Amino acid sequence: MDHFEGINFSELMCGIEAAPGYLKPVVKVATGGTTGSSLAICGYHNVASGIYNNVLVIGWEKLNEGGATTGIITAFDPVWERPSLAGALGPLALMAGMYSAKYGITAEQAAKVTVKNRSNAANNPFAHLQMPNITIDYVMSSQMISYPLRLHDCCPQSEGACALIYANEQETKKITDNPAWFHAVETAHYYTFGTDDKMYDLPTATIASKKAYKKAGIKNPVKDLDVAEIYEPTSWSELSWTEALGFCKPGEGGKLLDEGITQMSGEFPINPSGGVLSTNPIGATALVRVAEAATQVMGRGEKRQVPDVEKALAMGFGGSLWTEILILGKEPLR
Amino acid sequence: MNQEIEKKVYRGRIKVPYKHTAGAYVEKFITEIGKNNKIYGVKCPKCHKVNVPPKMICIECFEKMEEWVEIGNQGIVKGFTVITHSTPVMPFEPPFAYGIIRLDGADTDFVHIIKESDPKKLKIGMKVKAVFKENPRKRILDIEYFEPI
Repeated sequence: MDHFEGINFSELMCGIEAAPGYLKPVVKVATGGTTGSSLAICGYHNVASGIYNNVLVIGWEKLNEGGATTGIITAFDPVWERPSLAGALGPLALMAGMYSAKYGITAEQAAKVTVKNRSNAANNPFAHLQMPNITIDYVMSSQMISYPLRLHDCCPQSEGACALIYANEQETKKITDNPAWFHAVETAHYYTFGTDDKMYDLPTATIASKKAYKKAGIKNPVKDLDVAEIYEPTSWSELSWTEALGFCKPGEGGKLLDEGITQMSGEFPINPSGGVLSTNPIGATALVRVAEAATQVMGRGEKRQVPDVEKALAMGFGGSLWTEILILGKEPLR
Repeated sequence: MNQEIEKKVYRGRIKVPYKHTAGAYVEKFITEIGKNNKIYGVKCPKCHKVNVPPKMICIECFEKMEEWVEIGNQGIVKGFTVITHSTPVMPFEPPFAYGIIRLDGADTDFVHIIKESDPKKLKIGMKVKAVFKENPRKRILDIEYFEPI
């Protein structure tokens, strides 16, 4: 994305040797952290509306050549927030502190999220940080970055790309007999200034997920969905987002984790891919969530496959505390 | 980065100056803090909530807010983080704290710097007070920082 690398990279979109967009109706979408989920939703709209039969959606990032904070700083109001809040980690650290004070969530419970996700990543050949032997102590003794966030409470900066092929019902039959079907897509964002948001409980995740569940006929997400790929920029965020998405009650994210429900062996695994804590090429990150949800629905997850997935949820999160939700299913929603 | 790749890397640097049409509400707020060391918010005529920072339209009622109200220069910390990693764009050399502050008489929150770097000395619910800059530059940082009281 231009914001992060400071370069437009036109050749990646239209260069004949790169993405095959030359002389085709290429559309570029960039919404910060949510870029990947916005791309996924735009792809869906383009095909579901009947405008195109097939769409190729690509998300990518080369953070080795740029920096996350450089881009993310532009998401904050220049007068009120840039001098006193802006950047990738400061606001997430504030949110973690408020969340932990409100509900008594501990640093150890947060560290357990990193341990879960980075050991899951060891089953995913595409993951950046694969740490099968990571421990809670290792996370809790890592460098303090922005209190209470330690180095291993935070996602990395990665390089990577992700692509999804969309097709309408007729075209799909020519490509595969095992597609993932869209059941619902939703977007929610709501603030003027950062502090219009509560800075904990992520209200946009609640707004978007409730609407998506209604569209997809989901009454109890933990029972009716089989797996979720959520966008957790920090370990603390995963606990808070699980509450906001209705997987448990407010304040019970730590309990949900402690009970093992979100582990690979649990009733409702969250982030079998290793999540954002393991891999974070920003412009691809939210698209990876959708691709991983599709992979699970298609049963192609190999070592990271959750058994018998019928329905999967993918979540995008980004600057201005946006949330985007996509629900995919093995069978079309009728 | 390994040496073979490093040879092929082109390094550059761009500055991105920008202008931002911040509007009359920002102008009024910034002028008051700089000239008179007073903090103002705007009140919604319908829900009566006092918004600081001020904005023109209430996000809950969609009413235009035109009544300016002076509020206190003290407030309560609702959240904080301590910055320990330095980058060139920071207003102070770390460590220092970013805080979410509910000023006395306001119904919305305000983000600013708290000059305290020890997380053990910072507490959600503690009182802080605005310290104004001696030579204002028409910036939000004309409130230089908040200090615990």
